Amino acid sequence: MLAFILRRLAQSIAVLLAVGLVAFTLFHYVGDPINAMVGQDTSMQEREELRQRLGLNDPAPLQFARFVINSVQGKFGLSYRTSEPVGRMILERLPATLELAFCAAVFSLCFGVPMGVWTGLYPKHWTSRFLQAASLIGVSLPTFLIGILLIMVFAVILGVLPSFGRGNSVQIGWWSSGFFTFSGLKALILPSITLGLFQLTLIMRLVRSEMLEVMRTDYIKFARARGLSNRAVNFGHALKNTLVPVITIVGLQLGAIIAFSIVTETVFSWPGMGQLFVQSVQFADIPVMAAYLLLVAFFFVVINLVVDLLYYVVDPRLRSGMTTSAARGH
Amino acid sequence: MAFVDLVRRAADSDIWYSFKSSRIVVVATVVTLLTFAMAFLAPILAPHTPFDPATLNLSDALKPPVLTGEDGSDWTFPLGTDEQGRDVLSSIMYGTRLSLVVGIAATLFSMVLGIALGLVSGYVGGAVDAFIMRLADVQLTFPALLVALLIDGVVRGLISVQRHDEIALYVIIGAIGLSFWVQYARTVRGSVLVEKGKEYVQAARVIGLSPVLIMVRHVLPNVMGPVLVIATINIGLAVLTEATLSFLGVGLPSTQPSLGTLIRLGQEVLLSGTWWIVIFPGVTLAILVVAVNLMGDWLRDALNPKLR
Repeated sequence: MLAFILRRLAQSIAVLLAVGLVAFTLFHYVGDPINAMVGQDTSMQEREELRQRLGLNDPAPLQFARFVINSVQGKFGLSYRTSEPVGRMILERLPATLELAFCAAVFSLCFGVPMGVWTGLYPKHWTSRFLQAASLIGVSLPTFLIGILLIMVFAVILGVLPSFGRGNSVQIGWWSSGFFTFSGLKALILPSITLGLFQLTLIMRLVRSEMLEVMRTDYIKFARARGLSNRAVNFGHALKNTLVPVITIVGLQLGAIIAFSIVTETVFSWPGMGQLFVQSVQFADIPVMAAYLLLVAFFFVVINLVVDLLYYVVDPRLRSGMTTSAARGH
Repeated sequence: MAFVDLVRRAADSDIWYSFKSSRIVVVATVVTLLTFAMAFLAPILAPHTPFDPATLNLSDALKPPVLTGEDGSDWTFPLGTDEQGRDVLSSIMYGTRLSLVVGIAATLFSMVLGIALGLVSGYVGGAVDAFIMRLADVQLTFPALLVALLIDGVVRGLISVQRHDEIALYVIIGAIGLSFWVQYARTVRGSVLVEKGKEYVQAARVIGLSPVLIMVRHVLPNVMGPVLVIATINIGLAVLTEATLSFLGVGLPSTQPSLGTLIRLGQEVLLSGTWWIVIFPGVTLAILVVAVNLMGDWLRDALNPKLR
């Protein structure tokens, strides 16, 4: 078990270093950082001195090492666009994105799993057929179109929910939270649905097909023969065994949620990291792009690691497989 | 005579049978073909030339669609006009054309790139293989949308903004192409590893053919099946990615709008109640993507039931 964790950790760090190398290359070879820092009338001599002082003439491996050390400490330099420290800009916008991603994930799980169980248990029922057809549309519609449709219905026609922004937020230390005000909660509804809908349909279809498969197995028949209640069979035996693929997909989709929050945040003018990233792409603000890239890579790697570890919690077969193979001396 | 034979053989084939028996796929194919025809015949079919400023008239601005029966709507602009008096129907036709051009070109580009890297990776092996596959692993960690955004941003850093607008079409094709190559490369590499050990490759080597010739003429035809299936599915994805990028404002500029750009421009004025500017391009995009995806799914199952 420990060897497994260590191996996965080493892999994760290797991926992060590779992404770091890409970010570092961006930093140093796309656009000249000196040009971004000084005015038009700075002489070549002064530029060269600045270059020397900042260590831009050092050998590339040394610079990369420095870049890695700075990144670990959250120092990503100054934005070309606003001249603010990039680390602080991202930190200010992180809470908005994480709260949105959290709500979207909760929304998709709370509706996706029960809907999947229902359609898996009663595949012939008309509600199941309806959900199945609706999910096909949900998978195919682009995120931004869903957002626009929701805005049109709930903000323009009905006028009950806000179409942009976060509402009022409460400051807790450096974390600004929208969970504690009425307008903040109201503003979360439409973006969370937009962001979570794709995941919801995916989870629903996955749970459904897994349920259909599991319900045919012998141990379910045996559980019924033992006279267990429907509830115990459906949830205790069937649902539990569908969880491994569901955890994989949900975990990997968390990464997708963070990426697609870029689109949702643009639709709803949500002041999060995704919006910051789109602006930095439009202005070729390389330090912000590099920092965002590293941060997202970090999230992805952590999520993948947690997902791998969760397998061992959920599936006892893996644990026993591990000990037997360890006993054999592999 | 040979042609008649070919048609008869096609009509007898399993694929044609499976195509005929799935009504929804037939509908999807017809819809796709109609969309393609509408898009590529836009210069002939479109009633207006929305991106020629000389033909625009501001007094035509913000006309509602005909079917609403509201004041000011008329049959010259069946789907209404936007705030600059551009005909929404014609904009959609030209926009669909651009979306399809980008989608198809990006898919071809990623296919060629992926096949080349996959062939080299599988055939040469060793350090080259390890490098390409690790690169693929790292790229797979990120969603394609993110990679495309990043590439676009880097290009913007390398050239001036004005120049970027001129070559935006090529930039976006390149960005999407570069973010979709991994799947092809992995599939091709896997098949090449299998094919490499077979007798016909050894025979080709024995008679002294060059590695490039062996790869392209002998190995490649045997690995094309799954590649074409991936390509069909990826056209829908590429169209969607392009629309998303343009919607985010980093794709095609508003002087040269694709469906995604049209949706972005429409959303900016949505709150004033002019829903037709955004809804019609949106519906067109949705129908197109759903139809192409249905065809891709069908092709995947029809050509190789084991692939799934």
